[in-house]
Amino acid sequence: MNLDELKKLKEKAQRQVALREGHKKYRVVFSMGTSGIAAGARDVMTTMLDEIDKRGLDDVEVAITGEIGLVDVEPIIRIEEAGGEQVTYAKVNAADARKIVTEHLEKGKVVEGLAVGKAKK
Amino acid sequence: MKRTHILVCTGTGCASAGSFQTRDALLAELAKRGLSEELDVVETGCMGRCDLGPVSMIHPDGTFYKNVKTAEIPQLVEEHFLKGRRYEKLLPTDPETQHLVKTQADFTFFNRQLRIVRDNCGVINPEKIEEYIARDGYLALGKALTQMTPEEVIAEIEESGLRGRGGAGFPTGRKWGLMRKAPLHPKYVVCNADEGDPGAFMNRSVLEGDPHSVIEGMAIGAYAMGAHQGYVYIRAEYGLAVKRLHIAIEQAYRLGLLGKNLFETGFDFDLEVRIGAGAFVCGEETALMRSVEGRRGQPSPRPPFPAQRGLWEKPTNINNVETWATIRPILLKGAEWFASIGTENTKGTKVFCLAGKINNTGVAELPFGTTLRQMIYEVGGGIPNGKKLKAIQTGGPSGGVIPEQFLDTPVEYETLQKLGSIMGSGGMVVVDEDSCMVDFARFFMEFCCDESCGKCPPCRVGTRQMLLILERICRGEGEPEDIAKLEELADMVKSASLCGLGQTAPNPVLTTLKYFRDEYEAHIREKRCPACACRELVHFEIDVPLCKGCSLCARACPVQTIERLGDQKKFIIHQEKCIHCGACFDVCKFDAVKKTSPGIPVPA
Repeated sequence: MNLDELKKLKEKAQRQVALREGHKKYRVVFSMGTSGIAAGARDVMTTMLDEIDKRGLDDVEVAITGEIGLVDVEPIIRIEEAGGEQVTYAKVNAADARKIVTEHLEKGKVVEGLAVGKAKK
Repeated sequence: MKRTHILVCTGTGCASAGSFQTRDALLAELAKRGLSEELDVVETGCMGRCDLGPVSMIHPDGTFYKNVKTAEIPQLVEEHFLKGRRYEKLLPTDPETQHLVKTQADFTFFNRQLRIVRDNCGVINPEKIEEYIARDGYLALGKALTQMTPEEVIAEIEESGLRGRGGAGFPTGRKWGLMRKAPLHPKYVVCNADEGDPGAFMNRSVLEGDPHSVIEGMAIGAYAMGAHQGYVYIRAEYGLAVKRLHIAIEQAYRLGLLGKNLFETGFDFDLEVRIGAGAFVCGEETALMRSVEGRRGQPSPRPPFPAQRGLWEKPTNINNVETWATIRPILLKGAEWFASIGTENTKGTKVFCLAGKINNTGVAELPFGTTLRQMIYEVGGGIPNGKKLKAIQTGGPSGGVIPEQFLDTPVEYETLQKLGSIMGSGGMVVVDEDSCMVDFARFFMEFCCDESCGKCPPCRVGTRQMLLILERICRGEGEPEDIAKLEELADMVKSASLCGLGQTAPNPVLTTLKYFRDEYEAHIREKRCPACACRELVHFEIDVPLCKGCSLCARACPVQTIERLGDQKKFIIHQEKCIHCGACFDVCKFDAVKKTSPGIPVPA
């Protein structure tokens, strides 16, 4: 192995442990209370994880939280940008989740049609 | 992608508390709840809090869980991984603030540390070379081989001020320089992983948690010194460390990071593991080399030093595990950065093991110059059960005790030496007021006497004679001239023994005599143990008004010498049959059993 090959291997391997390094740019929080789960939040989350993985996005972490309180518009997800905006999406389905990944998490553009609220953190 | 990594400590400490079962239970529970796709369970090396094991660290939220026993797994998975809230039952309490600790970063034990050597321990899976590479693994070796001459590597190490972490503190760069100049070939590099001090397990934690860091350091050293063969000498008791080391070496060979033509520079380096039978004396470098050669592990006089004539009479460089593991960060971040940490005389950090009567038992890495007080009270969380600190034993059986009045001493090689102790491998055994210092010295003397290889009489016979005297004193059969005899013997053993084992074996006795002479005198003159610890000298009695008559003590007594006091609901101890075992004292819930060491009055 030469130095360049080692560096390439490092880049590939970094994604395996990136989650343990902390301080990501985006934090995606799924509302995973009873109503969220009933509305399919878990499938939406799995889809999203899959899409993030496919696109090789390192600077994102996905977390879950309890009931937010808006039962009829679940699944709800909140995207927190480190030091920036906090955007909430409601009634997210699997296709929406993929769109949020490609638009919001990859390009930094809020998916306007789906976003229900924005707040400075 | 996984949303969460559950790191489970599988260092020996946590493994003995059942962390492998915890891992299996976690995997099963996650599968049962359909969460396997989202979460990853990762085995790591030692996280440092051995007393709370099995411990677990959750990323990315940073939660640190203690005592993660299999019975807790269903509840934990439901709370944290299904519902997304912390499972408070398993959160540790910070002894300093008395608050529940939510994340590792909030934990005094962790956030006072500076982790250089143990940076990867408890973060990566030590059995996956990819995870080591992800954290800059083998980059330092690549840099050294492709961009630096051997002399430049040695100059960098010399400039960093790194000193050998095995105990003596000899400047590593200078040692390497001497070895490079040695005219004979071939040359060998050796890693001393024969950690044998009671209360020291820092080398084990590094080898179990990050074996590649040691391998990489050795390969760099071999390049700098002109060696092509290395040996790791490790004791067989360190089963898990041996296993992980073998896995790591095999993986490094597979990727071409060990073996022939490393980084296409034509440099070859082979590494083998040599397993020792666990004799303490084999940590001494000349004995270690004999053992590596397959001969009986007995020391020989120096000179010749290993750098002149070592393994198979060829130049050999031996460094400790921690020294080897420190090479990589120095090459990656530079000598200047390393030299900015620590004190004037001693640079960098040291991994210390906190053991004995201390709240936070475990492994902590701190910069040199940290005071004993910070170590014991801030990082270590103080003494349990509100007891008073009596002394700290540093450096294992070769070290000495340091009494409470020197707590503000900054820890480095010279300061500890001045107090009559040594740094040694960095073991810190905390002694509280319930321990008898004579008995403590006896314990370490017994260890050295057992471990003496028997080659030279001063050590073989001298330690035995000292032990016999100490045992006699602890039994209350000490004679007035015993202290002088001990001092004379100590002087003889120290100056006439062949190797470090004998030369340092009297240290615990000498330092306890220096700082706790009154305890020796109480044993000898008054037949009294001030700490009420020496079995022959203690006396148990039931304080009748306090006795509730619950009969626990009577049932615990192995010789049935506790009986009802007449027809009252009270108990008394019949002294003639009492064996002073303390079983009654331990079980009494009302403090009615009194332990004293009355002694006999000194004749006027």
